[in-house]
Amino acid sequence: MSEPAVDRTIDRSHMHVSDEVAIQITGMNKWYGAFHVLRDINMTVNRGERIVICGPSGSGKSTLIRCINRLEEHQKGQIIVDGTELTSDLKNIDKVRSEVGMVFQHFNLFPHLTILENCTLAPIWVRKEPRKEAEETAMHYLEKVKIPEQAGKYPGQLSGGQQQRVAIARSLCMKPRIMLFDEPTSALDPEMIKEVLDTMIELAEEGMTMLCVTHEMGFAQAVANRVVFMDQGQIVEQNEPTEFFNNPQSDRTQLFLSQILGH
Amino acid sequence: MSGLHADSTRFVRDTMLAEQEPPLTERGAVKWARENLFSGPLNTFLTVVGVFALYLILKGLGPWLLHSVWFANSAAECRETVAADFGPGATGACWGVVRERWAQYFYGFYPSEAYWRVNLAFVLLFVALAPILFAGVPRKVLWFTAFYPVTALFLLWGGSIWVPVVIMAGIAFGWVAFRLLGPFAGALIAAIAAGLVPVLWWLILAAPVAHLIEGWIPLGIEAIPSAKFGGFLLSFTIGVTGIAFSLPLGIVLALGRQSDMPLVKMLSVGFIEFIRGVPLITLLFTASLLLNYFLPPGTNFDIILRVIIMVTLFSAAYIAEVIRGGLAALPRGQYEAADALGLDYWKAQQLIIMPQALKISIPGIVSSFIGLFKDTTLVIFVGLLDPLKGITDAIRGSFEWKGVYWEPFIFPGLIFFLICFGMSRYSMYLENKLKRGQR
Repeated sequence: MSEPAVDRTIDRSHMHVSDEVAIQITGMNKWYGAFHVLRDINMTVNRGERIVICGPSGSGKSTLIRCINRLEEHQKGQIIVDGTELTSDLKNIDKVRSEVGMVFQHFNLFPHLTILENCTLAPIWVRKEPRKEAEETAMHYLEKVKIPEQAGKYPGQLSGGQQQRVAIARSLCMKPRIMLFDEPTSALDPEMIKEVLDTMIELAEEGMTMLCVTHEMGFAQAVANRVVFMDQGQIVEQNEPTEFFNNPQSDRTQLFLSQILGH
Repeated sequence: MSGLHADSTRFVRDTMLAEQEPPLTERGAVKWARENLFSGPLNTFLTVVGVFALYLILKGLGPWLLHSVWFANSAAECRETVAADFGPGATGACWGVVRERWAQYFYGFYPSEAYWRVNLAFVLLFVALAPILFAGVPRKVLWFTAFYPVTALFLLWGGSIWVPVVIMAGIAFGWVAFRLLGPFAGALIAAIAAGLVPVLWWLILAAPVAHLIEGWIPLGIEAIPSAKFGGFLLSFTIGVTGIAFSLPLGIVLALGRQSDMPLVKMLSVGFIEFIRGVPLITLLFTASLLLNYFLPPGTNFDIILRVIIMVTLFSAAYIAEVIRGGLAALPRGQYEAADALGLDYWKAQQLIIMPQALKISIPGIVSSFIGLFKDTTLVIFVGLLDPLKGITDAIRGSFEWKGVYWEPFIFPGLIFFLICFGMSRYSMYLENKLKRGQR
């Protein structure tokens, strides 16, 4: 497998899946106008799970995780995150968003704020933390993603990999219980992918519940406890990674895997 | 010679070449002229024509400016001085008119013993603006900025001191209403109450209350009616107030236009399109004439206030569209990141969206401000004495200065240019500063 990105042994001592349900999705459907993007999605995520969602482009995988923090609205079915159902009730949405962190493909840092301000903004204005405390937390997480020395700079002064690590730190500052990753490495140069994946692996090692949309199959094999394959808005196959890669059941999965791993 | 090819391909440099100056035609003024003035037959021709036009202008204007008369008490005296100094038939600018009538340009018919009030208000204006325009000024000065509008109102119009006090009381009441209602009625109702309470107070109770207190404790300075205002005093009063209020109103309209609520969106779009579709003069006529038909008889609704309201609405519609452009230029990801972090709509706007959208919109916003400031001269059409035509006509109509043509226009024109150029420069300074910060 041509995946040089993950080249370390992974400490699995804190990676355990509990019985507690973190996300429960039942019979969920979504349409963009007349286009049926997500069809009858059923999925349960337990606390501590590390799920990699893959599939061809346009298969609805990004839309799926964007429904989990209501960046996209679903039209049918049920999504319950940490016991809170996502409806049009703004209070519930705010509650879920404060539990769930998200990392985007294009980082989406706030360019007019410094790295430190990016990280402290939500804790100060949403969680009402005192500034000093928020800054200490921010520096703690910036150290964790190994760029505390950039705290005073603006996002535009950082490389793509650094920006994505800041974006991860920014999410962590809100102390989320679940992290969503929407193709976090797709916009990065190859040599920067590794630094972001390393950060994500560390997060997994600490037992964070993670849902990652990614094409990094090396990451999936090393870290995920479950791989979900989607096509045409549906979950086609899900399995634990070894089985998924070595013994894919559906034709669609086999074709997809042969295309992305075949050379 | 057989080894020629090998000799030329195998090459090791042993001495480095020294840097040389470019040839004469490739540097300094020669290069500049070649590239910018004579780069082709057409450009050479245009250069010659341009130089000739410049010569004609200077030939006409030069003597007129060089023969300027600075000290004279009438147009006739100017003419005599020019004729005596430069011979009969010579022309010369007569700046004596500006020298004699400058006060009218600046103060209109404001009583001269009260000029200090205008001057003080003008100086304080810069104190109030400083913390907004420059980041280095202590933030505490903003408190002064907050009180500046009523201070200026009191200084310029005078009258009882209780009028500005009850006006401020209205704002305080609005704040109290917001704090009292906020905890149990929700932010929206509290905000509406905070807007409604002061308006009701100002419309119904403020005047009688001010009158009542004035009865007990008479305190104030000489009242000066709006009819005495004129010249740049008038332009500044309308311009500065219009600028100060049209920006926030423009932001609200731009947000309203993007709103998901159909009613808010419809009202904003309707307002913007209506105002932009109607000439400012129409609005000013409406303010000065039509409004009186709708108001109860005997209502005295100050004409300057009416004009300020119209100019503000007019400019706000344009600013709203400029800001909409800035909002459209922001990537969707910024909204999504703000949402994902749990920021609500208003906080996202205040902390993430507006700072970036306004930064993008700075050139357009400042253009609107410049337009607004120049449009203040249109108040001549509703009978107010603007500096450009109102005052100038008054001067040129006077007996002493009959026949002076250009000078009374050039002077206010120059002042308008300086102010507008200043605004434009400030906008460039601000753009550069914000760009530097984020690069």
